[in-house]
Amino acid sequence: MKTTKDNNPDNTVETFEDTELLRFSTAGSVDDGKSTLIGRLLYDSKSIFEDQYDAVKSASERRGEEDINLALLTDGLKSEREQGITIDVAYRYFSTPKRKFIIADSPGHIQYTRNMVTGASTANVSLILIDARRGVLEQTRRHAIIASLLQIPHLVVCVNKMDLVDYDQARYAEIKEEFERFASKLDVNDVSFIPISALKGDNIVNRSQNMDWFEGPTLLYYLENVHIASDHNFIDSRFPVQHVLRPYNDDFHDYRGYAGRIAGGIFKKGDEVMLLPTGFTTKIAKIDTFDGEVEKAFPPQSVSILIEDDLDLSRGDMIVRPNNQPEVSQDIEVMLCWFDQDKPIQLRGKYTVLHTTNEVRCLIKEVRYKLDINTLHRDQEDRTLKMNDIGRVVLRTTKPLYFDSYRQNRITGSLILIDETTNNTVAAGMII
Amino acid sequence: MDYNINHLRELESESIFILREVAAQFENPVILFSGGKDSILMTYLAVKAFYPARVPFPLLHIDTGHNFPETLQFRDDLVEKYGLKLHVGSVQEAIEAGKASEEKGLNASRNLLQTNVLLESLEKGKYDAALGGGRRDEEKARAKERFFSHRDEFGQWDPKNQRPELWNLFNGKKGMGEHFRIFPISNWTELDVWQYLATEKVPLPSLYFAHTRQVFERDGILLADSEFIYKKPDEELFEETVRCRTIGDMTCTGVWRSSATSVQEIIEEVSTTRQTERGGRTDDKRSETAMEDRKKHGYF
Repeated sequence: MKTTKDNNPDNTVETFEDTELLRFSTAGSVDDGKSTLIGRLLYDSKSIFEDQYDAVKSASERRGEEDINLALLTDGLKSEREQGITIDVAYRYFSTPKRKFIIADSPGHIQYTRNMVTGASTANVSLILIDARRGVLEQTRRHAIIASLLQIPHLVVCVNKMDLVDYDQARYAEIKEEFERFASKLDVNDVSFIPISALKGDNIVNRSQNMDWFEGPTLLYYLENVHIASDHNFIDSRFPVQHVLRPYNDDFHDYRGYAGRIAGGIFKKGDEVMLLPTGFTTKIAKIDTFDGEVEKAFPPQSVSILIEDDLDLSRGDMIVRPNNQPEVSQDIEVMLCWFDQDKPIQLRGKYTVLHTTNEVRCLIKEVRYKLDINTLHRDQEDRTLKMNDIGRVVLRTTKPLYFDSYRQNRITGSLILIDETTNNTVAAGMII
Repeated sequence: MDYNINHLRELESESIFILREVAAQFENPVILFSGGKDSILMTYLAVKAFYPARVPFPLLHIDTGHNFPETLQFRDDLVEKYGLKLHVGSVQEAIEAGKASEEKGLNASRNLLQTNVLLESLEKGKYDAALGGGRRDEEKARAKERFFSHRDEFGQWDPKNQRPELWNLFNGKKGMGEHFRIFPISNWTELDVWQYLATEKVPLPSLYFAHTRQVFERDGILLADSEFIYKKPDEELFEETVRCRTIGDMTCTGVWRSSATSVQEIIEEVSTTRQTERGGRTDDKRSETAMEDRKKHGYF
């Protein structure tokens, strides 16, 4: 019996070789058309399958709903389906020949801020939906503020339900201006606007026949073409050591590979590097992978680095360039989003910190202010961070961290806090 | 200067990062190996992640006794090729020892019995992390899974109370008796898996390719004939050219009419198909939330 079959090397397809990965996050509530929009993107790109469609259709009928409820595609948990709300971040996938897309679909209400923050943490693009009839609302501002805090590189604002305002250009211009005025206070660089109707399909995949006045791209064209190649930091070389590879066999006798994922910059064979925390300098002897040695490595590649000298280096340490070092300190200023539903932040409380591949403990030294994420107002009166609150906090760590500002590098600038009694992840921090 | 990698290399890099994180954070991890393409992919990625060192985790196969013979042969070849360790948890033995009893009736399957044998095997091996090949695009409950998914001391999943996962920071902290399920290929779709297996020329079990087989039809699904499956008198056998899109037990894995005999043809088929791969799994069709219910109790 033949039990294996080798792939025929001449038979591989080349068309997907240049397909890039784009992650985008959406946030919204039941009635702003988010589910319809996602449903349309999936359906028009042929990513909803017949059996999924049939399952959703019969589930909608059992609930006595007239139309097929596309939210049931994304709301996967029993409690979500029972309550008709999105609680958790759901991940959805679709692809076109140009790109593969990962959608982090999160709920939009203020009580789910922590889920929005989670969904936004790895996104290249934040998609913000505005109902053309209602204009810029508190929820719109909140989503934009979170996108800005989490430093999502690109923002696309979809003015939805244009069919319900007669595809009126003046209404669209008014909303755009209102959003721009507000966004000027935020730390966002790249904002685009698209008037759409998710229900009717205007400017989603196909150009709208009803809005000749709009000269920009459709949403799908935008998602396929927005420039994401420079979303990583290629300037400041950072390699957090994740794991040490020691084969202990005859073929690789004294092999010691430092395994990890490049967090920033470009590493090349022969580069002079510095090891943190020891400060010793050496050279890169080899950059290794299963597929063979490579000349250079850059984010987000996972590789192993071998160094020329026999120096002490282990998990949590970092390889950098001597002329471009991260900050090293035990006093860390962060914007902290609190996640724990049972306990608020404890001043002078101790928590475990995960930062890159490093683990230390910290003490909460001070809460400077609490941020109102609807208005950006800094509250210095009530400084207790409870679940979903965001505030500026000073931490003192047991050992120095090697970090950059979150603005400069989302990987070396981010950390999480863990409660030492429950082991839960209780906060996420962006280093200032 | 072009510092770009395509989506497959980015997914590969993400999975390798997760696998190395597991080696660093846990004491005694294990790879749950089913013999399907996803666990083959995961094992292959583990070989890559730790090269030139050996994969620091053994494989654990929960053998229902209803496996396709091709699956077992393939498993043993793979273990030998990469110098891996294999442990087998046997459902048949659990039944003989009176620890489990067979389901009865038309759609009887050992699928649910696997859960207990799995939990017992995990306990016996003192494993603190079990790596699974689950993907978020497979099924709506799996769409909510974390990479690091916490399980309490009963092996239960609490989907409403999951730890948030941000950036590439993974919290593997746990109390006594608790363990983690880890899903390194969460972000891969069925198409990504096939494209990658094609690019890397990974050998696969012959069941994935079109072959002729005795089948019969039930509720619109084609099932392979075997000694383990009960057929109604009016369910007639016929010969058909088919292939598997997922590989599970012979009792619950549907087969598909297909003429795809190469990975290239499978990719073409997958990119144009209008049915999900689990559309042929009778174990998912028991209720609207069949997968979530099983997962809460400790299923993969």
